[in-house]
Amino acid sequence: MSGERYDGRIVVVGASLAGLRAAETLRDEGFAGSLTLVGEEPHLPYDRPPLSKQVLLGRVSAQDVGLPSRRDVDARWKLGVRARGIDPVAKQVLLDDGERLPFDRLLIATGTRARAWPDPAEAALDGVLTLRTRDDADRLAERLDAGPRRVLVIGAGFTGSEIASACRERGLEVTVAERGPAPLVGALGGTLGAFAARLQRAHGVDLRCGVTVTALNGGNGRLTGAEFSDGSRIEADVAVVALGAVRNTEWLAGSGLAAGPRGVACDAGCRAFDMYGIVTDDVFVAGDVARFPHPLFEYQMLSLEHWGNAVAQAEVAAHNMVSPGPRRRPHLTVPAFWSSQFGLNIKSVGVPTFSDQVVIAQGSLREGRLIAVYGYRGRVTAAVSVNRAKWLEHYQHLIETAAPFPPGPGAADLLDTGPPVSSDVPDPQHLSHGPTVALTGHLPDRRLTLVRQGD
Amino acid sequence: MQPDTLFQRITDYANRADPYPLYAELRENGVTRQDDGSYLVGTYHEIAALLHDPRISSDYRSRTHPDEAMIRRNERPPSFIGLDDPEHDRLRRIAMRPFGPPHSPGRIDELHGDITRIAEELIDAFRGADRIDIVDEFAYPLPVTVICRLLGVPHEDVPRIRAWTNAIIDSFDFTPGADQEKRQQAGLDARDAMARYLGELAGGRRGHPSEDMLSALVNDAGPEGRLTDVELMATATLLLIAGHETTVNLITNGVLTLLRHPDAHKRLRDEPGLMPRAVEELLRYEPPVHMLPQRTPLADIEVAGVTVPKGAPLILMLASGNRDPLRFDDPDRFDPEREDNQHFGFGSGIHNCFGAPLARLETQIALGALLPYLDDFHLLDDPPPYRRSPLLRGPRHLLIARG
Repeated sequence: MSGERYDGRIVVVGASLAGLRAAETLRDEGFAGSLTLVGEEPHLPYDRPPLSKQVLLGRVSAQDVGLPSRRDVDARWKLGVRARGIDPVAKQVLLDDGERLPFDRLLIATGTRARAWPDPAEAALDGVLTLRTRDDADRLAERLDAGPRRVLVIGAGFTGSEIASACRERGLEVTVAERGPAPLVGALGGTLGAFAARLQRAHGVDLRCGVTVTALNGGNGRLTGAEFSDGSRIEADVAVVALGAVRNTEWLAGSGLAAGPRGVACDAGCRAFDMYGIVTDDVFVAGDVARFPHPLFEYQMLSLEHWGNAVAQAEVAAHNMVSPGPRRRPHLTVPAFWSSQFGLNIKSVGVPTFSDQVVIAQGSLREGRLIAVYGYRGRVTAAVSVNRAKWLEHYQHLIETAAPFPPGPGAADLLDTGPPVSSDVPDPQHLSHGPTVALTGHLPDRRLTLVRQGD
Repeated sequence: MQPDTLFQRITDYANRADPYPLYAELRENGVTRQDDGSYLVGTYHEIAALLHDPRISSDYRSRTHPDEAMIRRNERPPSFIGLDDPEHDRLRRIAMRPFGPPHSPGRIDELHGDITRIAEELIDAFRGADRIDIVDEFAYPLPVTVICRLLGVPHEDVPRIRAWTNAIIDSFDFTPGADQEKRQQAGLDARDAMARYLGELAGGRRGHPSEDMLSALVNDAGPEGRLTDVELMATATLLLIAGHETTVNLITNGVLTLLRHPDAHKRLRDEPGLMPRAVEELLRYEPPVHMLPQRTPLADIEVAGVTVPKGAPLILMLASGNRDPLRFDDPDRFDPEREDNQHFGFGSGIHNCFGAPLARLETQIALGALLPYLDDFHLLDDPPPYRRSPLLRGPRHLLIARG
């Protein structure tokens, strides 16, 4: 192999966890050329998990969550500037400030942003917030410090549940509105959803499931309360919109890449596909914005908004950016994430939504310590622990080896296990769609037309 | 006479100085059933899987045929090291509350200054001497002083604690022989005496809180409540013994290993920032705990193609896993800069060493403080005389001399 892979120009768009770890890996692996990191936020890379936990509890300030650097990356940092597009022929990244950054290889790690409240006027009310960035967390922590009479959390996914937990720990009244039948149900299914609902209520959360927020009310530009689809209403000074994340792919429209609302499609080696499903060799993707095939899950195209995935995928992408074909590695790590809320540690390995059944394999829902194991068509596909994270490695091995579901007998601390029950997650067949849409990430609402670039 | 089983050869005192060739044989043989019905596992990946397997019990009472000594030992309540979840978890959480995160996150870090001072005082005491016993003059007094301070045990009682501890450790010797009975009984007696002593000490702090862990254990309560008197005695005994005994061996093994590897010694002396990684390598290369002898499957399980029946003794040879070439490149080489070093020096899984953060800090500080001083010294006996136990393996004395 020639030395050129170690030279030339690499641009990384996205200066958060994935971008930073990729830059470090590039240097670790001997890349000696020019390296530029572009970040929309004005801050150096920081860690997001504490933003919904320690920062809201006032234990850590939002300014103090910078990511530790593993090494000097000797890069040019373009912070506080958005990338607005790519010129695929000239091989340039276009920035909002007018600069064009030429690249030989590009890494897209633009991640996601918080889904905004759909009504712009209501979203603009003082007291209506989202939580994704350091600045968001700073603002929310300040609001909580001021001692609001009631906080409304819209959406009971992990972020919403952690915010509600922080509010209760601070002694604040909190209402959680969840469209689904229970908190966390979209990620963990019915059994643990019901557990989470009991948990929240036991901690004094005013949890309202099966309802949507139909209006956020204001007076003098300030939030005063909210109305729900069941006709009820509450007064609240703060509302946090926690309705999930939107992938930052709009800037790639016109780039010719397979980028859409579901992310940027890439192969197992993190190389981006173009809109025709042809793999590129100079554009790579990593982190929350990447959508990649996973062999453990029948090669479905998955996007994972997980801290550990961002790190692992960034390392693989960076390695492959400076490695010739036979030395390239696939991104295969088993998905994992964690949460802490209401005094419990929740950890997941595998993909719980890729399941049809679930069984409590150890511990007990009643005691608040357990391992829930998920199966799909008779094999183990995921496991979730509550205050039992040290057992998970065993279950991860079961996932990796496609072990039969349910797991065999003999585990310690088997209290109230019963037969497996339906996992009550969306049908895994709908995790992804047919091959016509798998790559572009768009729903099949338009015909693909061939666009010729540059001539 | 039957030929000795591999386990008998491993535990034979004659092989204490260098059990590693026997471990290589063990790994070669795969999962091995011994004549007494026990199963030995010495390969890294199999040990890792078993350490995380919820079907593997740490409780002697899970055995189909517990031996005599176990039955007598079981008249005493086990500490959490010998229990399964949920009891293990409850007791460990209560013990962790005054020791580490999330409730006491700064506890160990705060000891940094104390440990450094203790190390320097010990070094000052033998500065100028031409001949030093690293065990008696440094590796033993350092961790025992630290754990006594942490628990709130008066320093003047250290001689009693040392005698009890030695009797207990000696009873973990599986060499059959005329004195085995006697050793077992002496170990049990020592354990009872230490438990009574610690129970009384803790009882005296009830209602009179001080800064130490014994006081916290009797005066503070978390969501899991408090320990009963019997649980308190068993837990405190465990914390006291495990809180220093293994660190003595780790520090001693560290000095021994560095004197045997002058290049590594020099490298660490020139670049003290390497010490944390060197200590990890030491935990792999010469771990203080060589095996976990008391695991038992709760169901028939398959390990590397061999079925280990429910209730059979299962012995995990951690020190052998640490030298498995399928996991570690060039495993018999001491490489203080080794990367990807996920050793079994502190075990793994739910029973992962409770005191690991303390042991790491003590060893890093101890070796860091001693290194500059060791330049002119060499080993007087190599190999040094070892203590009896094949389980908690380490030199009885480590004599070094100037010149």
